[in-house]
Amino acid sequence: MGELTMVEAVAMALARALDEDPDVVLLGEDIGRDGGVFRATAGLLDRFGADRVRDTPLAESAIAGVSVGMAAQGLRPVCEIQFMGFVYPALDQMLSHAARLRNRTRGRLSCPMVLRAPYGGGIHAPEHHSESTEALFAHIPGLRVVIPSSPVRAYGLLLAAIRDPDPVVFLEPKRIYRAVREEVADDGAALPLDRCAVLCRGSDVTLVSWGAMLTETLDAADALSAEDGIEAEVIDVCTLKPLDAATIRASVERTGRCVIVHEAARTGGFGAEIAARLAETALVSLLAPVVRVTAPDTVVPLLKLERHYMPAAADIVAAVRRTMEYA
Amino acid sequence: MPGTVETVASFSIRRTACLDADGRPLGPLPEFAADTDFLARLYRGMVLTRIFDEKAVALQRTGRLGTFASSLGQEAVAVGAASAMRPEDVLLPSFRDQGAQFWRGGTPEECLLYWGGSERGSRSAAAPEDFPICIPVGTQFPHAVGVATAFALRRQPRVALVMGGDGATSRGDFAEALVFAGVWTLPVVFVIANNQWAISVPRSQQCAAQTLAQKAIAAGIEGAQVDGNDVIAVHHACDRALDRARRGGGATLIEAVTYRITDHTTADDARRYRDDAEVSASWKREPVARLRNYLVAQGAWAKPDEERVLAECRATVEAAAEAYLAAEPEPATAMFDDLYAALPEDLQAQRAAVRERADG
Repeated sequence: MGELTMVEAVAMALARALDEDPDVVLLGEDIGRDGGVFRATAGLLDRFGADRVRDTPLAESAIAGVSVGMAAQGLRPVCEIQFMGFVYPALDQMLSHAARLRNRTRGRLSCPMVLRAPYGGGIHAPEHHSESTEALFAHIPGLRVVIPSSPVRAYGLLLAAIRDPDPVVFLEPKRIYRAVREEVADDGAALPLDRCAVLCRGSDVTLVSWGAMLTETLDAADALSAEDGIEAEVIDVCTLKPLDAATIRASVERTGRCVIVHEAARTGGFGAEIAARLAETALVSLLAPVVRVTAPDTVVPLLKLERHYMPAAADIVAAVRRTMEYA
Repeated sequence: MPGTVETVASFSIRRTACLDADGRPLGPLPEFAADTDFLARLYRGMVLTRIFDEKAVALQRTGRLGTFASSLGQEAVAVGAASAMRPEDVLLPSFRDQGAQFWRGGTPEECLLYWGGSERGSRSAAAPEDFPICIPVGTQFPHAVGVATAFALRRQPRVALVMGGDGATSRGDFAEALVFAGVWTLPVVFVIANNQWAISVPRSQQCAAQTLAQKAIAAGIEGAQVDGNDVIAVHHACDRALDRARRGGGATLIEAVTYRITDHTTADDARRYRDDAEVSASWKREPVARLRNYLVAQGAWAKPDEERVLAECRATVEAAAEAYLAAEPEPATAMFDDLYAALPEDLQAQRAAVRERADG
């Protein structure tokens, strides 16, 4: 119990999971003695031993593929990919095996694994360390894709992911690993893996986002309330897959307006899926076009240009104001 | 010359063969070979596989089966490896290892169900922890490392045995799996059926290394080559590797040198890229006649034995084919029902739509 950062909440959830279930095993590069490059596994080697907190050779495909084999044996591997920019060798194992094992054996084998990876930009990291490619994983049938945006949700969603009987890709927005502290109770309570979180209520416009972009989205909501008297409802998607479309639709049916915010490139980003769902199911409730505020369709620039790439609160405010111009 | 130059490591790769191409012993045989009843079982396993493959190809050619990968010519690798395993070990087969699956209780009917287009073929109850066959070449090796990690963590005296082909050894997953198996001293045996061809690419263009077995050396695990058309040699090599792994001695890579006598799959035409003469020559080294010649020379096999085994295997395969052809398809909604342990709410409408469309 205490005020924790998100990365500390991740570590607390991992410790809890290791403590409560002997089948939980962590593996990844530098997660042992070093405690992970972001310290998400700090102290766990000493507490749980090298059998269950396993430093691996530097080979991401095998980290995921070995996890598949462990999971098929009933272990609950939680593997760490050091940065999302290095996850792509593991994509084959996640797509071709983790996501399919239960289905292709008609339930005989299953794959209760979690793949964790820090993702997203804004920490002035080197090349390949700032991508947000969550949509790649959200496109894969058989996976779950979960993204927390606060210490409390990181703890509850990670516990849920580890206890879930199916493979989960758990993406941690590293820009806010240490941005805020909040009280996180180590009570072992998991959050649902198919529910959005409504962060604040409002009746004029629905803002939908996930991960670190909730920071800008909530700032924008405050500014809109203070400067324009516009009351925004802010939804944290939490679980991109499966998507809690009903909560988003219900909100938009009340507000009639929706702005979707993500840090990933625009084309084929997950915002497109949410916009399409609204077009299919809530068109008659819409008073204005659904608008996306996203990064451009460019390669993530190195740090000198990064601020021109990342969406800012002002972009969200401007988008909402445009949306409000429709009757 | 720099200051000093010294040899800091040196290695060799050994090749084991027990019978020559005509089935004559090359030297003293392993102890188990004295049990001719057991050798007759190995023989039956290879014959069953060959008759099955022939039937499956015939079914495909007559439009009653999807694409199929025959193992003609390399039956000794599958049967030799699987027969060395214990029931509690775990097999991770490639897509050409039906002979190994049959030995472990998988049925010809299941294999036909799979290649005939139903996931139920991989639901086999006989070896409930074995992996289904792996289609993406070489991606199965890390799974075996994971299975072996579970055995090691739980202090179980069990071994994972994973199979693949010569082409698979060029994949990164193969190298990565060997590295993990070495660093963690895991109970896993890698069996490579080097059948000389990865579809149209010959072994010489797959890798410039003298042997594939030597890839073990770089990972710090045992590596050995064996005559893959000699079921006694394959069984012996796998038996030793499994025993060593079971006793905590770590992983082994076995390169079983064999030959893919037929096409890559029924969708392939090998005449496009290799000489008939090479294929004809390979028939002189194939594994079934080799073991039969040995058994006959030992006085342990005669015409009635041969006729009985052929009749049994044909009956088994025919019965499997009939059961396969008579099998009712799954309902369309089956594609949803094992996607997750419980179908997420977000997919319920899609499932209902598929059902309605199928029923409509």
